[in-house]
Amino acid sequence: MRRFAASIVGQLLIFVGQFITAARADWRGIEPIARQRIYYANHSSNADLPLIWTVLPAAIRRNTRAVAAADYWLKNKLRAFIGRDVFHGVLIDRRAEHRTDDPIAKIVEALDEGSSIIIFPEGGRNRSDDPLMPFKAGLYNLAQQRPEVDLVPCWIDNISHIMPTGEVIPVPLACTVTFGAPLHVQPSEDKDAFLSRASGALLELIPTRGNV
Amino acid sequence: MEMTQTSSDLLFLFAACCGLLIIATLIGEVLQARLHKTKANLTVETYLTRVHSWWGMVFLFSMALLIGPVGIILLFAFCSLAALREFLTLTTKTNADHWSLIASFYLALPLQYVFIWWGEVGLFSILIPVYAFLFLPILSVLRGGDGADKNFLARISETQWGLMICVFCASHIPALVTLDIPEYGDRAPLLIAYLVFVIQMGDLMEYFAGRNLGKRKVAPAVSPKTREGIACGAAFAAGLGLLLTWMTPFSPLASMAMAVVAYLVGVGGSLVLAAIKSDRGIKNWGHLIPGQGGFVDQLDSVVFAAPVFFHVTRYFYGG
Repeated sequence: MRRFAASIVGQLLIFVGQFITAARADWRGIEPIARQRIYYANHSSNADLPLIWTVLPAAIRRNTRAVAAADYWLKNKLRAFIGRDVFHGVLIDRRAEHRTDDPIAKIVEALDEGSSIIIFPEGGRNRSDDPLMPFKAGLYNLAQQRPEVDLVPCWIDNISHIMPTGEVIPVPLACTVTFGAPLHVQPSEDKDAFLSRASGALLELIPTRGNV
Repeated sequence: MEMTQTSSDLLFLFAACCGLLIIATLIGEVLQARLHKTKANLTVETYLTRVHSWWGMVFLFSMALLIGPVGIILLFAFCSLAALREFLTLTTKTNADHWSLIASFYLALPLQYVFIWWGEVGLFSILIPVYAFLFLPILSVLRGGDGADKNFLARISETQWGLMICVFCASHIPALVTLDIPEYGDRAPLLIAYLVFVIQMGDLMEYFAGRNLGKRKVAPAVSPKTREGIACGAAFAAGLGLLLTWMTPFSPLASMAMAVVAYLVGVGGSLVLAAIKSDRGIKNWGHLIPGQGGFVDQLDSVVFAAPVFFHVTRYFYGG
């Protein structure tokens, strides 16, 4: 029953997302095939996760889980339902003092079960004018513990204009999610070098708009 | 049930469109079978996707016609929505514009089509050029925030331009349905088909003639269109106008003139929109219509011609 409701809500979210944003995937660096991946994306709005969710082909979507903030998604019953049952969230508490288990271990566990992962390595919504905030160490730790899994950069375009932080009504602008070429951590690469390479790969996916 | 003149005309038009499309589809399929696995196949592939999109358009337009004027107005309201979304995706904006964008989509656009439905020329002619023009910038300036004055003029102008093209101009296509033309009755949907037809066919002619005879480009920076191609397109539109006089309230000569005017304004429109695309570094406005890009790509010339066509028709033939 719960799973049925979750799939209905999931379809509904996809429909609304498609209707408002005509969301579309641009598979630039990889093919949309069912292979285990860690998708990492820029994060500026609560609509980011539903959007990636919407553009993934159903077969891939079924096997993909999102890493999301427990302190946000467990706040009330509705959120908990959407976060846990619809997005199959791997819920992580961002507040270190509330943690009972190691967040990276939890994500690795999900990977070992065969799931792909969506992660927002900035660790929170970007409210600055820069396109990306510095990445947290989590992405590096994951890449090191499971070096065989593809790390795929995903640039979510325009979402900050569709629903800027603090706004309630979305503007129906077109939105594209661009998937770049996969990367892996190199044996000799340290944390900072890897994170800057990963964020560079993501920045390269930003569509050019002439003088805008 | 007795068939009225209008419905038999519409039926004839529908049959003619289907006939043309069947021929176009057959040509494509035969070419594809012949050119299988050669390089030219890609062009045929593109052509066939386009033909399929045309089938979709004929189907949607027929459905709208069956519902009546409301159906046509709704159809174009959705086209406007899709076009405005494509356009405003590419304009300059900041968070301070959020409320003026919301007002554009959820207020100006529906209101414009409600006024069209009412047939209130006095209202739908000024809603966007006057009221949206004045009040959207006020919303943007009041919304404010840090750096709210950054690129202010560019932001408000581009939003207004998007509204003018995608909503104001586009809405003049279904507005033709509301025209009260003596002795023309309820045949106005034919006028929409006429407008779209002469422009699209003129474009097609211009494309082929320009490829073979074209020498002097009219706007080399943004478009391959040539004077020779456009002249051929205009001549073709005039001929088509003469042929399609039965669809209009115009005299044969006037129909030729109207077709040429609509076609030429349309060419201007597609040049202007090509310049905007080239400035923004994009090839197509969107991706929703397979084989032809977005709604703006599909409607560009018709949208430009529509207000001119509407007002000239209304001035000379309106009751």
